[in-house]
Amino acid sequence: MIAEFGLAALWLAAALALLQFGSGVAALRKGDSPLAALVRPVAVVQGALALLAFAALLLVFAETDLSVKLVALNSHSAKPMMYKIAGAWGNHEGSMLLWVTVMGLAGSFVAVVERRLPEPTMIATLLGQAFVSLGFYVFLLFASNPFERLNPVPPEGQGLNPLLQDPGLAFHPPTLYLGYVGLSIAFSFAVGALLTRQVGPAFARAMRPWVLGAWIFLTLGITAGSYWAYYELGWGGWWFWDPVENASLMPWLAATALLHSCSVLAARNALRAWTVMLGVVAFSMSMVGTFLVRSGILTSVHAFAVDPKRGTFILALLAIYIGGALALFAFRAATVTEGERFAVTSRESALVFNNVMLSGILGIVLMGTLYPLVTEAFGERVSVGPPYFNPMSAVFVVPMLIVLAVGPLLRWRRDSLSRLRMPMVVAGVVGLAALGLAIVLAPGKVLPIIGLALAPAVAVASLLPLRGRKLAQVKLPLWGMVIAHFGIAVALLGMAAEGAFTTERLVALRVGETTPVGPWQIRLARIEPVAGPNWTALEATLEASYAGGKPILTHPQARMFWAPVQNTAESALLTRWNGQLYTVLGDKADGDANGGRWQLRLWWKPLVTLIWLGGALIALGGLLALVGRVASDLRRLVASDKIAFRRVRQGR
Amino acid sequence: MSAIKAKHQRLILALIALVAILAAGALAAWALRSQASYFYLPADLAANPPEAGRAIRLGGMVEAGSVAKAPDGVTVRFVVGDGKARVPVSFKGIVPDLFKEGSGVVAEGRLDSEGRFVADNLLAKHDEKYVPREMKDMTADQARAAVRNTQ
Amino acid sequence: MSAPETRSRPWALWVPLVVFGAFVALFVWGLARTKDDTVRSRLVGQALPAFDLPAAIAERPGLKTADLKDGKPRLLNVFASWCIPCAAEAPQLQKLAAAGVSIDGVAIRDRREDLGVFLARYGNPYARIAADDLGKLQIAIGSSGVPETYVIDGRGVIRYQHIGDITPDDVALILGKLKEAAQ
Repeated sequence: MIAEFGLAALWLAAALALLQFGSGVAALRKGDSPLAALVRPVAVVQGALALLAFAALLLVFAETDLSVKLVALNSHSAKPMMYKIAGAWGNHEGSMLLWVTVMGLAGSFVAVVERRLPEPTMIATLLGQAFVSLGFYVFLLFASNPFERLNPVPPEGQGLNPLLQDPGLAFHPPTLYLGYVGLSIAFSFAVGALLTRQVGPAFARAMRPWVLGAWIFLTLGITAGSYWAYYELGWGGWWFWDPVENASLMPWLAATALLHSCSVLAARNALRAWTVMLGVVAFSMSMVGTFLVRSGILTSVHAFAVDPKRGTFILALLAIYIGGALALFAFRAATVTEGERFAVTSRESALVFNNVMLSGILGIVLMGTLYPLVTEAFGERVSVGPPYFNPMSAVFVVPMLIVLAVGPLLRWRRDSLSRLRMPMVVAGVVGLAALGLAIVLAPGKVLPIIGLALAPAVAVASLLPLRGRKLAQVKLPLWGMVIAHFGIAVALLGMAAEGAFTTERLVALRVGETTPVGPWQIRLARIEPVAGPNWTALEATLEASYAGGKPILTHPQARMFWAPVQNTAESALLTRWNGQLYTVLGDKADGDANGGRWQLRLWWKPLVTLIWLGGALIALGGLLALVGRVASDLRRLVASDKIAFRRVRQGR
Repeated sequence: MSAIKAKHQRLILALIALVAILAAGALAAWALRSQASYFYLPADLAANPPEAGRAIRLGGMVEAGSVAKAPDGVTVRFVVGDGKARVPVSFKGIVPDLFKEGSGVVAEGRLDSEGRFVADNLLAKHDEKYVPREMKDMTADQARAAVRNTQ
Repeated sequence: MSAPETRSRPWALWVPLVVFGAFVALFVWGLARTKDDTVRSRLVGQALPAFDLPAAIAERPGLKTADLKDGKPRLLNVFASWCIPCAAEAPQLQKLAAAGVSIDGVAIRDRREDLGVFLARYGNPYARIAADDLGKLQIAIGSSGVPETYVIDGRGVIRYQHIGDITPDDVALILGKLKEAAQ
């Protein structure tokens, strides 16, 4: 029953999206069309119906209704409730439904709240949003119906995949999806602005909260995904430049560039066509990402259900949306009037530099990700890894970070570097001192040394915009910028320290033996079998003592799951303020049941936690900026409502 | 250091962006040529070996009876074959759970000066439905030959 | 991706679209290529490799090459209790068994108790069920997943390979292939 109800809601939502699109087109063609009044309310109801459909799916998963195919394939009655619920979006169909739901809700919100833009631009934006949603509705209804029934009803579901039962994985994909959806709203705004040729500060201000929101979710998603891969794969690395990871990084890079060009457009009415272009690129990157992940055209270490048919559909949507938007751009951008001018030494220039560098990194990552596909077209099979990505992206990251140190201190429009002599000297001295120290501590490791030198300099410089201000009066968006930039420095320090100072040890130990790794002494105390709800495991008990201190116990496991049969290594992490001890239990090296040696892989990773702490700080900065912007927007909205109300009364 | 001639601002911005992006493209193309790691089957490796030290990937079947652990307990030596050629491989680390004699494997690493393949990482066949793409061509005849030898 | 603010050169505005078109072309090619992911066994038309596998459950015997050379065409079904498509094809296998087709099963990486539950629930159309705990036979016959079904003629030669579950529409096709194999 619930499944049919959900499907009905989905069909209705799709019909309303069609109506929203149609009436939008009619309203744009003829300015005084009565249909114009229809667009906003329809957008609101469409969002509500999509939410209803998604609620139905959650319900079906919560009660493990195995007659629904999606539930049978992805859930299991023995799963904990949290994973049952998470199962609703942990698969292709459910995640697509989540996508349209969030997009519909965002459309509703825009329809209710947004008043700054001229009405035609608003209608064009909602029209664009309806068009994008419509594609996904068609996709859901015709190619991946989440409510499809299964006959006969299986006795038990298949979705007990142990690798997927992890809090990180339950919330990681939806976080990324929210980011992708936010970019689709930004895309709708860009299309709306292009259609009506209203590219200006009002457009940038209306779009900015959505870009910021999307960017926050992408940041969180990438950070969480990196940590998940770090502790789940048991390989000791935190970023593998895998296609699936790059698929989430590319939209983030584009969104970061968009965020900065948006602020130029909002504050100074410059970079107009470029901002629109970035809006299109950012959304196309999230579509390309979804496509790469779901179509399976690139091989990845991350297990993912792939299906070329779905890939075809996503590719078709990608071609229609982005091809259409770029064609529109080609026709319209020439008529977008030129923005305000600025001098070479100005905040604008620094932000342009940031945009160019971010685009460069984006290009490097995109080319590296797709290169195996290109060579395969010529019959050569290759894979591209860190030896390409690390130095190539550093070529752009390093100049970007240097400008990042100075840029926020510059004034809009025109400034002189001599005014900034003091802060530049301070940051430079810090950087040089750190460079000297890094060369002594980690000789020969070029990239980590650069990172170790840059991180403190950027950290100091990122705090300088607060200099000479009364902290209580600093506005939230400025706090946001400072914290986000500081977060970049923190994450960079973590990455560089991990690269420079990690010590790794691979040993075969008998029970009772001890081995050193970095400042730690690790003793293998015992190995014993343990059992969980759907697995059995061998668990090692390690006594780890830091620099001769009291031993702490840590328990890496080798787990054997059933249904489906699968073995995984559960790494164990010991976190101190200055780093993490990472331990993995391997196979038996030799000997019989009573004696013999066990393989252990141990890492001491100084400061590695700063990587994810930095990521969290960056997201926090974004959140503060978003709250600050939205609060001031709301204040303005309330004030203008009051004025309008007074006018009406006085006019009477 | 101050204002650019107003008229040319767009042009200059466009030029800077264009140069940056072209430079990025050229850099990426050059780096990809030299840094991408190529995929070899044992027969390819025997016929046309890459220079020692270059990162490559080797795919094939783990030959039956070839897996041996070194005395240190953590180094594994085995032979990867495809029915035509055999390559000795050494790997220091914890082997993946699905790494077994007679099953498929993709090893990432490099040749040393003695023609032995030193693997940094082993990717074993992931599940019933997953075969590394590069192994697709060999699952049929070569894999059959390899498996037949093991039975 | 594109130059900012390139008003002076209208043609330059088309560059992003062209670049994007190139990407789409690459993706289309990539997708067209991945369709070959269904790996056909090159053993079709050849004799089965020699094997001898133990019984997977007590009620049915195991399977060896000689069993498949009794002069009668038959089906060899690669399955597992942990695979949902295998449950989906169970009614079709029942139908084929009822039509007089002999079916042998190979259970891939399965457990005895799970298999018992599976067969009790979905029926047992198999004359023999072999346990292939390491997936060795599966690799040997060029199967890349479960379920797959092979048509074997009376001399132990593979005549047809069906990849994925047998849908109701496929039953007639399988029967036709069996008839061909009998000739």
